[in-house]
Amino acid sequence: MLSRTASDLYWMSRYLERAENLARMLDVSYSLSLMPQDGRGDGLEELALPLLITGTLDDYLERHGPMHAERMLNFFALDASNPGSIYCCLQAARSNAHAVRGRITADMWENINATWLEIRGIAEQGLGRYGISRFCEWVKERSHLFRGATFGTIMRGDPYRFIRLGTFIERADNTLRLIDARYEMLGEDIDEVDGRPARSYYQWTALLRALSSFEAFAEIYRGSPDTRKVSELLLLRADIPRSLRACMDELNLMLASLPGDNGRPAQRLAAELEARLRYTSIEEVLDEGLHAWLTDFILLVRQLGQAIQSSYLEVA
Amino acid sequence: MGRTFYDEMYDASGAVRPHYQAFSRWLADTPEELLAQRRREADLLFHRAGITFTLYGDDQGTERLIPFDIIPRSIPASEWRIVERGCIQRVQALNMFLADLYHDQRIIKAGIVPAEQVLANEGYQIAMQGLNLHRDLYAHIAGVDLVRDGDGSYYVLEDNLRTPSGVSYMLEDRKMMMRLFPELFAAQRVAPVDHYPNLLLDTLKSSSPLDNPNVVVLTPGRFNSTYFEHAFLSREMGVELVEGADLFVRDDKLFMRTTSGAVQVDVIYRRLDDAFLDPLAFNPGSMLGVPGLLACYRSGNVVLANAVGTGVADDKSVYPYVDDMIRFYLSEEPILKNVPTFQCRKPTELSHVLANLEQLVVKETQGSGGYGMLVGPAASKAEIAEFRTRLIARPEAYIAQPTLCLSTCPTFVERGIAPRHIDLRPFVLSGKETRIVPGGLTRVALREGSLVVNSSQGGGTKDTWVVEDSSC
Repeated sequence: MLSRTASDLYWMSRYLERAENLARMLDVSYSLSLMPQDGRGDGLEELALPLLITGTLDDYLERHGPMHAERMLNFFALDASNPGSIYCCLQAARSNAHAVRGRITADMWENINATWLEIRGIAEQGLGRYGISRFCEWVKERSHLFRGATFGTIMRGDPYRFIRLGTFIERADNTLRLIDARYEMLGEDIDEVDGRPARSYYQWTALLRALSSFEAFAEIYRGSPDTRKVSELLLLRADIPRSLRACMDELNLMLASLPGDNGRPAQRLAAELEARLRYTSIEEVLDEGLHAWLTDFILLVRQLGQAIQSSYLEVA
Repeated sequence: MGRTFYDEMYDASGAVRPHYQAFSRWLADTPEELLAQRRREADLLFHRAGITFTLYGDDQGTERLIPFDIIPRSIPASEWRIVERGCIQRVQALNMFLADLYHDQRIIKAGIVPAEQVLANEGYQIAMQGLNLHRDLYAHIAGVDLVRDGDGSYYVLEDNLRTPSGVSYMLEDRKMMMRLFPELFAAQRVAPVDHYPNLLLDTLKSSSPLDNPNVVVLTPGRFNSTYFEHAFLSREMGVELVEGADLFVRDDKLFMRTTSGAVQVDVIYRRLDDAFLDPLAFNPGSMLGVPGLLACYRSGNVVLANAVGTGVADDKSVYPYVDDMIRFYLSEEPILKNVPTFQCRKPTELSHVLANLEQLVVKETQGSGGYGMLVGPAASKAEIAEFRTRLIARPEAYIAQPTLCLSTCPTFVERGIAPRHIDLRPFVLSGKETRIVPGGLTRVALREGSLVVNSSQGGGTKDTWVVEDSSC
């Protein structure tokens, strides 16, 4: 297939996945900001976290001044002039889809086009009137619908593979960043304080819920979430669809099935990363230091993204 | 203006014509709220499907809907057969004219078409001279614009031999009608049109000497006004939709850049004007084309559909000679009529035109899309005065025609149903044989009294039915 088409498909699904992850990020921060803050401020710090993770906090401060709940939420979700907003991600996803509408099914195109038409309506209403939780739910639902339409209608050829590549590269990166940010947020807090559920309990619970993994966690561990268990679940378990391991399995599978020799660097790196996760235990990760390990892996995922870019999407 | 319009649905006495009777009964039985609801539904569906066009000169690049009217334009099959034969005859003659023009120029030597009319024409491409094309085909895809005068007879308004558009609306309008009103299609037999992409692919394949050529659709990109159609056709045919930057020429062969390396391209259905095809050969500033494409084309390693240089045959200054072309090449009498045309380059005809501007339609010979024309009866004094100066300054750039009455068809407007003027564009495909799907695109001028049907000027579209006479 055309490299440009592959590139548009890949970025279409990356942007859509990013929009979904941003909504999940927003969801967890918003719900935590509503909890008692134990004298740690007014929850603004919590609301600023999504901006911090996406590297848009400085941009916000420059344009909108001091932290302000409603302004931050709006900036993050619906600001058309913030290229990192959910609004702009959906716009970019739709624009990529528009460029390749001949290569995706009508079901997929109509779905993503309808999403775009709808968010413009939501932006006109404003986030306050629409409701933040409702908005996050809506973004997730639209992303689910699109994935369902894709899964249910598109031929299992190269276009499908590039769509999947985009989804899982983006998801791997986001899962890593979400865990890292949450871990940072905990700071000095240890998992248990005097036997009562500590703040970390709520933090991890909110993260699990945001990543739709709470039920899986409860079923597997039957206990309260802590750093070790949550990291194991979200980094190393192959049966959790949003875990790093699951993303890497999928990336490896998709890359291995693409034709041609020009993709070898990307294929090799994906296979290496997949093997690395497969034969790593959570103790090794924690021994290295969770933050250091995550930082290292974020770089590796970025390298894989670059390898895909140069192997397939920019070939002459 | 008197009531001299031919109405497609009602005859002069106001009675419903036979081929509209089934529809008329249905319309009378269907509650108004239901119709209104379905019309809203249609708008929503078109929006969702992103069936839009982009208006030039609109900085926003806003994607707009072409208004869709739910009252179909219906043609009895017996009448259609004549239109069909007429269009095929015409396109065959035009293709023979192009082949002749770029080779022996017999028609010029015979004194039928004046040399200066074609050789000095902007659409004439010297690069095509002496180049042999497979099956001698130039206009693989042609759109013939037809209108009906007061007595109902069909006239050819113009031939579109470059990159005629609109066929996707023909297909989408039908899909929409069948979705909204399936019962109508059960009540009478409407000839299907949805095999058009199939015929198109077949036509494109047969334009190449290869057994199974690699066909692509070349688009200027997603900001082009008819991008939707390019994407639509490539999807329906299952071929790649490429932009200039996806292609490159090596050793006079054309390749596209793919995820598994370079792949050779054999046939390009191009939706890009001649001037933009190859910056080395034509417009050097074009970012849309492929450097070296023309050399590759001239080596016979790639087929362009339509060929380069077809514009000379659909030019309005060549239009008056089409009847003679049909007689010259096919030894047949023209089946469809040409609109009587005054060529302003001829001094006697110019003075007649200047004296009768209020009654005439004046067009630029190179114009399209309804831009740069004067509709005398609808124009203000100032507009007429302005055109008079333009005509005197560059008479050779204009032709004039009597204002046709243009038939009307009942159409939903703000205050219920009212007659609006329409035209018809059937799409003629020339490959191993010359073929045409029944019907075409009907465009409707939504403003009361307006004769300009172009979508860029606020025109809408209607589904076009060819109905069996027996089912009337």
